[in-house]
Amino acid sequence: MANMTMIQALNSALDNMMERDPNVLTFGEDVGYFGGVFKVTEHLQKKYGAKRCFDAPINENGIAGVAIGMAAYGLRPVIEIQFADYMYPAYDQLVSEAARLRYRSAGDFTSPLTVRMPYGGGIRGGQTHSQSPEALFTHVAGLKTVIPSTPYDAKGLLISCIEDDDPVIFMEPKRIYNGPFDGFHDRQVQPWSKHPASEVPDSYYKIPLGKANIVREGEAVTVLAYGTMVHVALAAAEEAGIDAEIIDLRTLVPVDIEAIETSVEKTGRCVIVHEATRTSGYGAELSALVQERCFYKLEAPIQRVTGYDTPYPHSLEWEYFPTPPRIIKAMRTVIEG
Amino acid sequence: MDDMSRKPNALELHIPKPRARPGDKPDFSGWSFPEPGATPKPDIDETAVEMRDYAYGLIRVLDMDGNALGPWTPSISPDELRRGLKHMLLLRAYDERMHRAQRQGKTSFYMQSLGEEAISIAPTMARAPDDMCFPSYRQQGILIARDYPLVDMMHQIYSNARDPMKGRQLPVMYSSKKDGFFTISGNLATQVPQAVGWAMASAYSNDGRIAATWLGDGSTAEGDFHAAMTFAAVYRAPVIINVVNNQWAISSFQGIAGGENTTFAARAVGYGMPPLRVDGNDFLAVYAVTQWAAERARLNLGPTMIEHFTYRGGPHSTSDDPSRYRPADEGRQWPLGDPIERLRDHLVTLGEWSEGQHRAAQEEAIETVRAVGREAEKVGVLSADAAHSRESMFEDVYKEPDWRLIEQRDEQGGV
Repeated sequence: MANMTMIQALNSALDNMMERDPNVLTFGEDVGYFGGVFKVTEHLQKKYGAKRCFDAPINENGIAGVAIGMAAYGLRPVIEIQFADYMYPAYDQLVSEAARLRYRSAGDFTSPLTVRMPYGGGIRGGQTHSQSPEALFTHVAGLKTVIPSTPYDAKGLLISCIEDDDPVIFMEPKRIYNGPFDGFHDRQVQPWSKHPASEVPDSYYKIPLGKANIVREGEAVTVLAYGTMVHVALAAAEEAGIDAEIIDLRTLVPVDIEAIETSVEKTGRCVIVHEATRTSGYGAELSALVQERCFYKLEAPIQRVTGYDTPYPHSLEWEYFPTPPRIIKAMRTVIEG
Repeated sequence: MDDMSRKPNALELHIPKPRARPGDKPDFSGWSFPEPGATPKPDIDETAVEMRDYAYGLIRVLDMDGNALGPWTPSISPDELRRGLKHMLLLRAYDERMHRAQRQGKTSFYMQSLGEEAISIAPTMARAPDDMCFPSYRQQGILIARDYPLVDMMHQIYSNARDPMKGRQLPVMYSSKKDGFFTISGNLATQVPQAVGWAMASAYSNDGRIAATWLGDGSTAEGDFHAAMTFAAVYRAPVIINVVNNQWAISSFQGIAGGENTTFAARAVGYGMPPLRVDGNDFLAVYAVTQWAAERARLNLGPTMIEHFTYRGGPHSTSDDPSRYRPADEGRQWPLGDPIERLRDHLVTLGEWSEGQHRAAQEEAIETVRAVGREAEKVGVLSADAAHSRESMFEDVYKEPDWRLIEQRDEQGGV
């Protein structure tokens, strides 16, 4: 057991899996000798050799296509898309190919592939290094989408993704790679070492896909969040002294519908938080599910706190980012009407 | 300087046009066809740089009288040649019947490989039976050459209850892992980087198998092709990239894909990959270049790109009418003839075949297809009644259905 950042925990997951399974290999832009621009693959090339951890040409289309061919062969490739914002050239391969090999071939060919990509803002990355495109994946039949919020979850979930027999999109909230950022950008950020979920075993363990985590129990309102926004929502509840029940979804597809229903039926109120743009965002799906299943238990209309329907701005980043005051306002609206 | 850069009216947008349209005389005067047997054969480890001339030539073995000439003449037994010829005859008979079945309303769609039979069959026979194939939609000949049951191909065309793809795919989008035949996409060129990835995995696992992939001249314009060529060259993947230049991508002639100013084989030169350009209607030449590329790949010398120069004899698909964009008799006048007739003539020249044997083999192929067709149609042609169960729609999205699919399956059943 050691204190790990999310980066170290992800690295540990890859290390464990490469040690256990010779069919696991990883590649992407700068992931080999250099260990990745965020250092998630650091030391892996040295430990396992260049054939199992190597640099790829700057061609996300090719990275995804090649990985699908490897997966169809029987390997378990883990590819890194350097920023989720660079994912679009790979999109056809992921949506039309990886997601549908099993279906279109009636199980003859499969694509046990893990696609890692850092996502999200709050890092002064501007419009091409800050996006949250998770809804572009959750909409696709045949893909699973997973987003961790702590080092402990990051490792256990990534191992589950690598062992999963279907393609999984694993989105890493890069704003909390090094510490559980709570949305107060003008305050000191705590390091992971002070957070209990930075206690990460060195050895192999799994967190099942499709299971949410109730990170704060409460009676007044259910807050559905994932990734960085889990910590922002927690800070909002503490700051405002609201007895919120905060659910970290962890897996977006397939989502843990039981956890959502149970909580909303208890609180009768629901706030949904994500960083992605609002229109057709994953919050729209969550809102529809809650409305369809919990309508008669709802005491107030569902509120969404999201990024605005603009590209991600550079200078006005903190005006765009869903900060604790916005979440507090939404929670008060659903509680007080 | 100013005069040069500001010359008025010097710019005119160039839109490529084919030499002949409906009503015109077919015109192949833009092509050059080197003599059969004239192209030398490079050493197996020749560098890509030294091989650049192959991108602009044309490897031919058979002349138009059935003689095999020159250093590329492969050593194939007459039995093997007869087997290749019979595969091509069976493929043509199958295509003919399935095309007609679509016209009769028994299925929604079909795509023939008329005139391109050698390009799927010879490369399959020239490689090991467990080598992998990542085809596009016009290489059903691979399955025939690997003795995949014809009746299962028909079940797929009819999307009936025995369709191995459970009726999920458009007709001709076969899949057979055990026969080394990758599931066909329908999105163009996506299979090419996948073939490269499969080949990289094979090298990673050191299992001795190689991959081959096929795509059309039109599809080389896709980004996937560039991605695949880059990765194949960078990692020296044991893969053969077959570009089937049949000159037509639905209604767009090959100039629209960039074939007007250079050859498709020349694409390989920029990637540092050996290019081979071959007469795609010459069974022996296609067999020989595949053997060369396969041996090179197996020696860990990396990928080869082969341009098969041919002519799409039929419509793009049953949804297409080529008489609206090209001369009706262009295919019949293609100077490199028909692959079946040319291999027949070669076997006759060798004294290993006769007109009578050929007619009998043709009849046998047609009769085989007819008999298998009756068997497949007994199971059913395209219709909801003959299809797999409605529940099957919700299977294989994931290894196990999640709660959404279970709910939706029940919802669908309750309507």
